[in-house]
Amino acid sequence: MAFIDVRDVRFSYDLEAGVGQEVLHGVSLQIEQGEFVALLGHNGCGKSTMAKLLNGMLTPSAGQVVVDGLDAGKEENQLEVRRRVGLVLQNPDNQLVAGIVEEDVAFGPENLGVPPEEIRRRVDAALKAVGMYPYREHAPHKLSGGQKQRVAIAGVIAMETKCLVLDEPTAMLDPRGRQEVMEAITRLNREKGITVVLITHYMDEAVQAGRVVVMDGGRVLMDGGPGEVFKQVERLKRHDLDVPQATELCYRLRAAGVELPGIPLSVEECVGMFRELLG
Amino acid sequence: MTILETKGLTYRYGTGTPFEKTAVDGVSIALEKGEFLGVIGHTGSGKSTLIQMLNGLLRPTGGQVLLEGRDIWAEPKKIRDVRFRVGMVFQYPEYQLFEETVLKDIMFGPKNMGLSDRQARQRAEEAAAFTGLKPELLEKSPFELSGGEKRRAAIAGVIAMDPEVLVLDEPTAGLDPRGRDVLLAQITQYHKERGNTVLLVSHSMEDIGRTADRLLVMHGGHAAMLAPTREVFSKGQELEGMGLRVPQITKIAQELGAMGCPVDPSTLTVDDALKQLIPYFKRKLPVKEV
Repeated sequence: MAFIDVRDVRFSYDLEAGVGQEVLHGVSLQIEQGEFVALLGHNGCGKSTMAKLLNGMLTPSAGQVVVDGLDAGKEENQLEVRRRVGLVLQNPDNQLVAGIVEEDVAFGPENLGVPPEEIRRRVDAALKAVGMYPYREHAPHKLSGGQKQRVAIAGVIAMETKCLVLDEPTAMLDPRGRQEVMEAITRLNREKGITVVLITHYMDEAVQAGRVVVMDGGRVLMDGGPGEVFKQVERLKRHDLDVPQATELCYRLRAAGVELPGIPLSVEECVGMFRELLG
Repeated sequence: MTILETKGLTYRYGTGTPFEKTAVDGVSIALEKGEFLGVIGHTGSGKSTLIQMLNGLLRPTGGQVLLEGRDIWAEPKKIRDVRFRVGMVFQYPEYQLFEETVLKDIMFGPKNMGLSDRQARQRAEEAAAFTGLKPELLEKSPFELSGGEKRRAAIAGVIAMDPEVLVLDEPTAGLDPRGRDVLLAQITQYHKERGNTVLLVSHSMEDIGRTADRLLVMHGGHAAMLAPTREVFSKGQELEGMGLRVPQITKIAQELGAMGCPVDPSTLTVDDALKQLIPYFKRKLPVKEV
């Protein structure tokens, strides 16, 4: 069975007593252990709701979210589900609680009742995994946005979660901060086998995932490898989404009759292709 | 004509403490009336401190800010007037909505300026239209709006004061691609119709590349570059050294140029690139009939 199994999930927010607004209309999605999935869709498509359903912060109105065999909608499973799936949010300033970086990272495992020596080991390992070990004794509020987000990620990793769900973790960061966070995420996925679900509006981040899921109007619209999804340029644009500039350029060159061997997803791929063509 | 000018502008935090830090260090720049200036720089480069000095939210520890030639701190009691003339839209402005209705919220600025209810209302309605806020939303509570609508309402609140200089700090952060395009188009349209000076701070080089006439690059508290957008983006390596980058499409154009392809290294948009590349590739490569 898949590590995360979302089965025909519906979800409504209560506007007032007895009046709900359904934002997910029957979503099914299976995510295997070790996958790196990018979740795309315009504002209001239900992505953030999905993120909160995955770690039991919200409970489906109908259907089921099963994480590692546990029904995430059942209250008695809540703690176990959150040990497995950690959430990182958009604003780095809202997620750090302690006055020193390593204490912040220790907060999660402390709450789980992990013994002190084990906490020390986990905190060091987590900070090294995101490249923030040299800053372990710094004050979080003096770090840059990218550094803060990496500390927030370390705080989740220190709980030894198997899955990291990130809801637009780079939206508030500068180009360098975005790159730092993306490198930390891809390394955790590749080297530690941590399952990653990345919600983003940046298409150049989504192309780094192994799989891209596009949501629209509370449903899954597209689901496939980045190459497969991003070559559907017109369809994505119809759903208010975008493609990386490299992809758009080559797609439109092809449409104009220029015979290109493929549709690249990144600047590097694009430049490599042109280099071969022009010899 | 210069509208806003800084002379040796400096801001030092925590003077006399071990945490003393010079966030902005002797910046001298001049903004032309009616221009669209982009501001880029990585976190900690001093751009937020700089823009907060432009409308008197922070008082410089050294140097001057001149609005139409007058030091804005010449009469500190009148600093409020400067804030009406240099309007500031902060990051995530939707968290600053507070009134009972959207209309009242947008009217708050103009009323503070001393306009009558009727004038303020007219200003608010015009501003709402500029930002694409539907009239039927004006009587709602701001908290009933979607995230994108709240952002528009907050921007309208500043536009309603009809500032001569409009400063926007990351107005598109967190918006989806479509929302980003629409908001940028509205800001560009506002700039074109009103002819006001616009200063746009953004981390998105693609957004900056499409909108700004000139670009200010902040680095280590200094104004590292101030030049037409194309000129700045043609210096890819220098920008990378400052933790910045050029738009994807500009990078591709520069790499193609290095391969001997005659393409402008300061190409800023995909449309711009296609105009040059379609004829070139049609000559160089086999063409399929379409």
